[in-house]
Amino acid sequence: MADFLLEIGLDEIPARMIAGAEAELGKRVHDLLTRERLLGPAGKLTTYSTPRRLAVVVEDVLASQADTEEQLTGPSWKVAFKDGAPTAAAEAFAKKAGVAVSALANVTTPKGEYVGATVKRAGRAAAELLAGELPKEVLAIYWAKNMYWRAGKPERFVRPVRWLVALLDSNVVPLEIAGIQAGNVSRGHRILHGEQPVLLASPKDYKEALRKAFVVVDVAERRQSIRKALDAVTRTVPGARWREDEPLIETVVHLTEWPTVILGDFEAEYLALPEEVLVTVMRDHQKYFAVEDAKGKLAPHFLAVMNIQVDADGEAIIRHGNARVLRARFKDARFFWDTDQKTPLADRVDSLKSVTFQKELGSYAWKSEQNLRVVLELAAAASAGGATFHEADLLKAVDLAKTDLTTELVKEFTELQGVIGGLYARAQGLGETAAQAIYDQYKPASTDDDIPSTAEGQLLGLADRIQTITAMFGIGNAPTGSKDPLALRRAANAIVSILAESGLPLKLSDVVKSGAPPDLEGTPESDLTIQISAFLRERLHFFLKDVRGFAYDVVNAVLAAGADDVRDTIARAEALTEARASADFAAISAAFKRIKNILRQAEEKGLAVQVATGAVLNPQAQALADAAASLQPEVALRRQERAYGEALALIATLRPVVDAFFDKVMVLDPDEKVRGANLALIDEVLRGFSGIADFSEIVTL
Amino acid sequence: MSAAQSAPSLRPTALTFQELLFRLQSFWAERGCILQQPFDVEVGAGTMAPETFLRVQGPKPYRVGYAQPSRRPADGRYGENPNRLFRHTQFQLILKPPPVNVQELYLQSLEAIGIDLKQHDLKFEEDNWEGPTVGAWGVGWQVMMDGMEITQFTYFQQCGGLDLDPICAELTYGLERLAAFLQDVDSVYDVVWARDPETGAVVTYGDVRLEEELQYSVYNFEDADVPKLWEHFNLYEAEAQELLVRVNALLTDDKASPKAKKRFPLMSTYELALKCSNLFNLLDARGAISVTERVGMIARIRNLAVGVAKAYAAQQLLASSS
Repeated sequence: MADFLLEIGLDEIPARMIAGAEAELGKRVHDLLTRERLLGPAGKLTTYSTPRRLAVVVEDVLASQADTEEQLTGPSWKVAFKDGAPTAAAEAFAKKAGVAVSALANVTTPKGEYVGATVKRAGRAAAELLAGELPKEVLAIYWAKNMYWRAGKPERFVRPVRWLVALLDSNVVPLEIAGIQAGNVSRGHRILHGEQPVLLASPKDYKEALRKAFVVVDVAERRQSIRKALDAVTRTVPGARWREDEPLIETVVHLTEWPTVILGDFEAEYLALPEEVLVTVMRDHQKYFAVEDAKGKLAPHFLAVMNIQVDADGEAIIRHGNARVLRARFKDARFFWDTDQKTPLADRVDSLKSVTFQKELGSYAWKSEQNLRVVLELAAAASAGGATFHEADLLKAVDLAKTDLTTELVKEFTELQGVIGGLYARAQGLGETAAQAIYDQYKPASTDDDIPSTAEGQLLGLADRIQTITAMFGIGNAPTGSKDPLALRRAANAIVSILAESGLPLKLSDVVKSGAPPDLEGTPESDLTIQISAFLRERLHFFLKDVRGFAYDVVNAVLAAGADDVRDTIARAEALTEARASADFAAISAAFKRIKNILRQAEEKGLAVQVATGAVLNPQAQALADAAASLQPEVALRRQERAYGEALALIATLRPVVDAFFDKVMVLDPDEKVRGANLALIDEVLRGFSGIADFSEIVTL
Repeated sequence: MSAAQSAPSLRPTALTFQELLFRLQSFWAERGCILQQPFDVEVGAGTMAPETFLRVQGPKPYRVGYAQPSRRPADGRYGENPNRLFRHTQFQLILKPPPVNVQELYLQSLEAIGIDLKQHDLKFEEDNWEGPTVGAWGVGWQVMMDGMEITQFTYFQQCGGLDLDPICAELTYGLERLAAFLQDVDSVYDVVWARDPETGAVVTYGDVRLEEELQYSVYNFEDADVPKLWEHFNLYEAEAQELLVRVNALLTDDKASPKAKKRFPLMSTYELALKCSNLFNLLDARGAISVTERVGMIARIRNLAVGVAKAYAAQQLLASSS
């Protein structure tokens, strides 16, 4: 038993790739040790990473594989030995098994006597095996972007490999990766430790030896220390809090080996700029955390996570340097803001003609016109369904929605498109309703983002996306497989989210119809609309299953009963999820599956499903028919009221009659009349009670 | 605590703009680099100078450093913005192949210009460089010091559309921002360019360059004659294309003499491509290129650059085989 350490030292790895690579290295090492029978009973694997290294420590690695014994059976004894002397067959078998002829044994099996050989294989030493196998595993790690660095281009990796540590207890495992020989020497923090070697006596010492060299190798520990330091430093400002930002935490965790935090300030005058701009500059451009006061308003401070530890003088220097950069960026932003105000959004409509939306389609002026056409259709459908909104403000918002693409501020901060337009619209007195709609138009940006807060914003968001999807599908740019460069899936997800979470009385088909270009009007079943309907339905499936977390069978069951009304589909899925837990309902689901199978068989055999005159149902069938007939109006009523839970509970009460029916009735009765009537009955039951969900899709145990 | 609170001043010992360049040059010269002078044709970045674009091709090791004035017409601000310039100066370094301790050498170069690394926060943050007009890309970092990018550090993978073998390290120091950082001034125009050792009198960056920034901004944004720029562009492009047609015929002609092949003026052809690139930037600053045209224009320039790179690689192979 031994402990094992592998550390791969690299030039700084991109922060976004480290967590995935660390996990993959751990998995590869674990799988390798398991595959090669080298993991001891107390085997425990821990991974580490910093910007300059990936590492894995394994406790309880076996020094070598266990020896193995294998019994081989050869030719029959009679063939192998003639008069006690080995024949050519015996010699051939002994050679193949790697044993002496004298070691061959007589093995008696039920089929007779055969020649047997016991082959012993000595287990290979862990060091030898790891030296051979690990380099392949390491070089197979996936990286989003790779590079060559050695002449002749023998291998690709995320960044050049600079050093390797591979130890089994205190012994170096003689492996080589990318021309680098493994040793027992690591490296510490570039500045705080410098270039002197960090000697590692054994894998157990790894974490602490590196800590002495100013490297915290444990990612969770760095994360926690950053959070603590953010708290501690923020406390120096009374009432202040730092703004939680998990993605930013992850980034700085992977940019540091020895993280510390510094608080800096900026001039309060910049608080006159919109918070969105200030936060974007701090977070996206400078990787600073924003600070807010007790009321949640942005305060004129920032928090920078450093990769160094300095004294008070050093802190002053670094604080000053960061503040200087931030001030310059804020100054730029303010300059852009002021410049942009000189040309109001309304005067920018014309210049959209020179901003390309899509090469084959046209400019953003074209896009805005198309959006207007689509939004008018959607607005009409929504009005017809009883929605209220300000149409004039909506149309104003559509008209101006894309104009912020021509502003300097959006050119500088592209991630703020829409938001900037909304802020400008507000500043230019275009009315709160239009401004908010413009501001929200790209929401939700992801499945966990909020939808636009107003009906106008929701309609604009729907129109913009369905127009893009339809136009792109129209020129053959539908997403395929993992390829979706135009993020059409995300656009479709947003449509589903808006329909699910808004109060708009719109169905998927309304949205698809509104997006259809005018030349397709009157041909609702065109290939394009069919294709797009299917695409949206697939996104609804994704939404129910992966965003809302419904079981796949529930999703299939409710979608089979209708997928046009998104909110209704969700309500049915919720009711079905609750109902399926009851034993009665499970039995009903099983019965419906049976009904479906029988009907399919009947169809395959060409059997008639109809009640012929004079047909007589047997008592259990009659009971089912009666129960179904009396229940159906009740269920229909509940369904209409969308009281799906109650409707499903009612359906579950059918269980005794259904059970009795299948118990006593042979549905495919030899008598044609009886059979036809039975089939007609179960067909009626299936149709009558499948309006909420196709229960036959429900998986029962 | 206020933002105006000043740090321990960096000024007294800070290098002047020209000293900064001297120090970088001597640091790298002491590590085996050739020092070149700036290339005398307009370029947008040090990468485009032949000392990078052509030298990175082929197997021959090479180490060179040079200051390269880099023109970006659209970035001009009439001298009114303290951080944005029409023309800035890059100290460009090519290490082919990159030594294994290239990052450590780089850190030493920062110490050589007076940065105490123990008193600053330094990070290598992923930033992959791509130059579409010259068919070049690489992976690397922006080197951040106290929140400011001070160097672009790239492991060049491809140039002129050709895979590089060996690859090289390209270090690009932005001299203006580095000097502003060292001298702790908010405006690049306040950077001390030179200080008279006897009198202590200073000449600032603004004294030397402000007028230039203003006049070039006026020309680039207001006066550059768009139809003539197009004409120039087309002329340069046509001549470059003609030369490329000729060199391709020559290089594939078995009967042509090696001497004729080696003396073919590919370097001049490349200059014509650079002229196109600068004219494109001017047209862009004049707002004469629509977003749609843009892609096509970049492709036209890349075609020239890639054509030169391919022919040059073939020509070099010829030179090394004879």
